[in-house]
Amino acid sequence: MCLAIPTQLIELRPGALGLVELGGIRKEISVALVPDAVVGDYVIVHVGHAIGRIDPEEARRTLAMFGTLAELAAANEAALP
Amino acid sequence: MKYIDEFRDGAIAKKIQARLHAEAQPARQYSFMEFCGGHTHAISRYGIGELLPHNVRMIHGPGCPVCVLPIGRIDLAIQLALERGAIVCTYGDTMRVPASGGLSLVRAKARGGDIRMVYSGADALEIARREPGREVVFFAIGFETTTPPTALTIRTAQQEGLKNFSVLCCHVLTPSAITHILESPEVRQFGTVPIDGFVGPAHVSIVIGSAPYEHFAEEYRKPVVIAGFEPLDVMQAVLMLVRQVNEGRAEVENEFTRAVNRDGNLHAQALVSQVFELRSSFEWRGLGEVPYSALKIRPAFAEFDAERRFGLGYQPVPDNKACECGAILRGVKKPTDCKIFGTVCTPENPVGSCMVSSEGACAAHYSYGRFKDIAVKVEVAA
Amino acid sequence: MKKDYIRPLDIRSGCVDMGHGAGGRAAAQLIEELFLAAFDNEYLRQGDDGAALAIPVGAKLVMATDGHVVSPLFFSGGDVGSLSVHGTINDVAMCGAVPLYLAASFILEEGFPLADLKRIVDSMAAASRAAGVPVVTGDTKVVEKGKGDGVFISTTGVGVVPAGVHISGANARPGDAVLLSGTIGEHGVAVLSKRQSLDFETTVVSDSAALHGLVAAMLGASDGVRVLRDPTRGGLATTLNEIARQSNVGMLLDEATIPVLPQVEAACELLGLDPLYVANEGKLVAICAPDAADAVLAAMRAHPLGANAVRIGSVTEDPHRFVQMETSFGGRRVVDWLSGEQLPRIC
Repeated sequence: MCLAIPTQLIELRPGALGLVELGGIRKEISVALVPDAVVGDYVIVHVGHAIGRIDPEEARRTLAMFGTLAELAAANEAALP
Repeated sequence: MKYIDEFRDGAIAKKIQARLHAEAQPARQYSFMEFCGGHTHAISRYGIGELLPHNVRMIHGPGCPVCVLPIGRIDLAIQLALERGAIVCTYGDTMRVPASGGLSLVRAKARGGDIRMVYSGADALEIARREPGREVVFFAIGFETTTPPTALTIRTAQQEGLKNFSVLCCHVLTPSAITHILESPEVRQFGTVPIDGFVGPAHVSIVIGSAPYEHFAEEYRKPVVIAGFEPLDVMQAVLMLVRQVNEGRAEVENEFTRAVNRDGNLHAQALVSQVFELRSSFEWRGLGEVPYSALKIRPAFAEFDAERRFGLGYQPVPDNKACECGAILRGVKKPTDCKIFGTVCTPENPVGSCMVSSEGACAAHYSYGRFKDIAVKVEVAA
Repeated sequence: MKKDYIRPLDIRSGCVDMGHGAGGRAAAQLIEELFLAAFDNEYLRQGDDGAALAIPVGAKLVMATDGHVVSPLFFSGGDVGSLSVHGTINDVAMCGAVPLYLAASFILEEGFPLADLKRIVDSMAAASRAAGVPVVTGDTKVVEKGKGDGVFISTTGVGVVPAGVHISGANARPGDAVLLSGTIGEHGVAVLSKRQSLDFETTVVSDSAALHGLVAAMLGASDGVRVLRDPTRGGLATTLNEIARQSNVGMLLDEATIPVLPQVEAACELLGLDPLYVANEGKLVAICAPDAADAVLAAMRAHPLGANAVRIGSVTEDPHRFVQMETSFGGRRVVDWLSGEQLPRIC
């Protein structure tokens, strides 16, 4: 369950609403569950509501981890007799 | 699409795949349950199963709220539409789930029931505002990800003083389901379903945080890795689980750090406890009665509780005898173990809920997996 | 008989009423001032109940028919009118035939605004003229309010198959190339974006178009084209499964080659849809002999409606008739038939 996708918040609107964008598509959703979200944040949207924010630093770190671990491993294996 | 495409990179997938093959110890079997239906769907859609080493097996868990919705609950929704003349609003996923008497919501609609598919609870509220003379019921299903939006919908209805709106609440809880699986006789006593660890749900965890899973790791000595939704997330999580098993650890690790922290979304949690409270027991399709596993609407919001408003009585309905959904949802059997899989029970004509939802183990296997033993021959014309 | 109308049709604020379907003066006025004025051609000017048509001697005739019930009636890139013209022209063309004539039948709902009807009919006429395929005969009926959805249009087309052309869904052979004329999913997304409750802003436009010119170019470039089909309802996946079943073969596709516009991808992500199952109205799938692929692709790319044509896979030998796909991610999956209606998921 939980089809939810990261979208960028491009506009805040009255009534705890916001306009988000994904790949050129724009949709109005509720931001009532993420009161701290500001324009420019990436929020995860589920059934028309933002339920959380993406931490860009953690995202970068995760991607690096995918890549690094593999490189580290390759280096380790290369070093094996 | 940012934060999506990067996590679907096939080149990185190969690297993680190589790691998995290097680290999975050839002499052992690893069985991990991915609890969340969204992960089941990702595994099927991206063909992840065949990228894993042969001794690493994924067991599809019951984290699909459509799959665990008992027949009796859908009967209530159909009753509201056909017998009480209410406009019943529901998510697309529930429309085709088979209920009693050969009906489903989509079939009840064909019989004249005013059943409307909505994308969110807010849409149901809008219908209630536009049709003040009609009763509007929102059929709310889902795990903890979907519960805060429903709570918001009920609170908004109260703030606006809507007089024709209510919610049929079928929200269920993840930790209770996981406990129930771990407590099931097969696992606890006989060890017949070795589950070595769990891939924890992505978006449920955004809301509830990673803390609630610490209990499983401690009490049952099972590692849990919370994984994001994209295929790279899933593969990385499986790798982290393999590592924990190899190293004899049983911890809660978080692969989805970009969206999940230990506490979760406190604002959403507060809203949920304001509107909902625990049911002492709730019937799950395939799992039977599970204690403290579901929510009901608090008395303060009674007028928005469809069960109270319409005086509904829940009637449990047994599943088709040949249907193995129960065993499949608990990871005890595979879809191909079910006698009616692919013959009587197909996505076109689903008998049990595992076949209706595209994330159900049976539908996923039918749609994406049943080709696996067939070699592809491409003949080049002379 | 001289037709003498007291007042011209009130297009601006008038509505269809039961009189318009009764066959009397009101009906005749609607037909003359709205339909005939838009479609005007030598056949309609005869004023008969049917059209007498010239067909080449010994020619093989193709006939196709389609009902159009799209909702909403107007969407980005088209409307039910242009759709009905393109759709039937394409059905005829997919049989390898040159479309020659169209018939159009309208079921109108009492209360439907004449302004909307005129917009639709004018759009049909424009599509018909641009395609060079006239609407030579038609019919109108009116049903009571509540018994229709504004307007339902049914179009029938006839065409002639040129000598030596044999196109059929049963012709695919293992080893054949599977070609696609362009990006997928635009029509479905354009229509969905206008539906209440899914409402999102997008610049995606329906790809609704008449494909007979593209088909003629392809058939002219090579005699190796074996199958033609346009992936409408149910999308590319459904069409390929249909062909696989008809020809008793399997297919193997390469996901990385299947072109999808970023906005279509995004809309599908948002709604939980798979672009492979989303309707197209201006694209075609062609299956051809492997050594004809280059020539056919070149002909497609030279035509405005095939500029993004690409080879997406091959036909395989498979008694199970699976359509399989190598995912961009690296694993393999089956692209199965659509089950029921593709409903936007939350799960």
